[in-house]
Amino acid sequence: MSFEDWFREDRLPHIYCTGCGNGTVINCTLEAVEQMGWTVDDTVFISGIGCSSRAPGYIKTDSLHTTHGRALAFATGVKLANPRLHVVVFTGDGDLAAIGGNHFIHACRRNIDLTVVCMNNMIYGMTGGQGSPCTPVGAISTTTPYGAAEPVFDLSELAVTAGANYVARWTSYHVRELTKAVQAGLETPGFSFIEALTQCPTAYGRRNKLRQVSDMVQYLRTSVILVQKIQRMRERGEPVPEDKIPVGEFVRRNRPAMGVQK
Amino acid sequence: MSKIEFMQGNTACAEGALAAGCRFFGGYPITPSTEIAEHMARRLPKTDGVFVQMEDEIASIAAVIGASWTGARAMTATSGPGFSLMMENIGYAVITETPCVIVNIQRGGPSTGQPTMGAQGDMLQCRFGSHGDYSTIALSPSSVQEMYDLTAKAFNLADRFRVPVFVMSDEVTGHMRERITIPDRVEIVSRRPLEKGTLPFRGGDDGVPGFPEFGMGYGVHVTGLTHDERGYPEATDPHIHAALVQRLVSKVESARHDIADYEMVNPDAETVFVTYGPPTRTVKQVMHDHPGEGVGHLHLRIVWPFPERLLRLFTNAKTFIVPEMNMGQIAREVERHTDLPVISVPKLGGELHTPGELQKLLEARP
Repeated sequence: MSFEDWFREDRLPHIYCTGCGNGTVINCTLEAVEQMGWTVDDTVFISGIGCSSRAPGYIKTDSLHTTHGRALAFATGVKLANPRLHVVVFTGDGDLAAIGGNHFIHACRRNIDLTVVCMNNMIYGMTGGQGSPCTPVGAISTTTPYGAAEPVFDLSELAVTAGANYVARWTSYHVRELTKAVQAGLETPGFSFIEALTQCPTAYGRRNKLRQVSDMVQYLRTSVILVQKIQRMRERGEPVPEDKIPVGEFVRRNRPAMGVQK
Repeated sequence: MSKIEFMQGNTACAEGALAAGCRFFGGYPITPSTEIAEHMARRLPKTDGVFVQMEDEIASIAAVIGASWTGARAMTATSGPGFSLMMENIGYAVITETPCVIVNIQRGGPSTGQPTMGAQGDMLQCRFGSHGDYSTIALSPSSVQEMYDLTAKAFNLADRFRVPVFVMSDEVTGHMRERITIPDRVEIVSRRPLEKGTLPFRGGDDGVPGFPEFGMGYGVHVTGLTHDERGYPEATDPHIHAALVQRLVSKVESARHDIADYEMVNPDAETVFVTYGPPTRTVKQVMHDHPGEGVGHLHLRIVWPFPERLLRLFTNAKTFIVPEMNMGQIAREVERHTDLPVISVPKLGGELHTPGELQKLLEARP
């Protein structure tokens, strides 16, 4: 993937903090888009509000940086009105799972032909580190000073249940796997959801004994378990560790989809 | 050949939109606007268009804005509660200069209020409802014919000024059935494409930038953040913010007398009714029943931007009377622009003013 072909150099420097994982996820996504043979002229990036949602502003394509939580509703209009455009949505855990939750489940249900890349950093980064629906139980944030008490929303499970055609989860550590997953999502007609757990050392790690970037990446690497491994453990009757986050491909299917170019 | 039909106001609204080339409708069912969505659901798929029922009104206006960026003429229709939900994204349409049409078939509020009864209670909300300073255009039909004509016109205004345009109708007009002449074709003024090589958010002579349609190679970045003329976020420079907001307001306000659409009767009269929407009909009845009583009438088909100069064209005016199906929302605007007495005639509850009620006011004149 060539930097000059996709990025707006006149927008540098970017706003991301040192050690942020979003850049990795953006690179993986653009690599996958380029593998598809899509170009800056036929691809549209759409986002809501938050750190992840700033990504389209750095990319040379037509891009729509919308209101908080509503990216998928805007994207639905773009894709239905012009199915020739390839639509990719960048979002985050707060944008998608909290304020945008209703649009998320209905976009999955409609199975509209677009791909969502969710940078789940488990925190509201842009507003300075408030708890999100994906903040792990017990984690410290500015609005959970005594530890997050609410259960975490499993976004990938939600997407599978709500009807998406392709769902996968990786982390910013799993660069190759993530890139392949995004490409599989782009290839799949219908709604594709790729969740990328990303490190936010500034707003999350700093308050949760993961101050160093490498500590946070290591935390992501060691917190996950492959879905194939879970499958094998189940087949052998072994107990599956409940504190691990499953990663891999959760579903790839061909339910009838909306907005597919005829 | 134009043809004459007997039609419901909401149907006429949908047909006017289709005649104007509307090819995208995103909506959510709500009384008393639902017939518009239902009609579009039947008609759009047969006219190469797209109808989508979204999960709520927030999503409806969002989808409409998204569709508009692909170059489609796009609209939604709603009523009070849905209109309130749309406010944030209406502000987004304003700052991103996205042409779109929003029909509000007004009902009694606040809140769930009177779903099946007419009102004009959202006239200030459509002007000021989203946060920040801005200006938009609001049309107000008073007949089934005007539902058709003004909805079609709304698309032209939206494209010309790159603003969300409101068709501020109401339950009375939306559910009324009457005779309507469907013209052969309606005038269509399309949005001006952005000239390649020019900045996407630099206003032209009229303050309106050319439109960089998605998929045409412009590579435009559209953001709800304050942006410079390239469209890039620049949210802390006071001068860039002031210049942007001033342009957004002035591109509409400076054209207000050009935008104005009205009917003036008896400009020499001393007592002048100012109306928009259904009370227009009552005033016309009063003037029909009591001709020669020296009563004038200013009927506004476009309420915002407010064409205050028209008030001064009634050179002998001593009093303005403003009957409205609210507690005096536009009477307040009339008061702002004249030193003469302004009599607000509010009417709540969903019923129209009767000719008798307005006639009594005339009889009470000194």
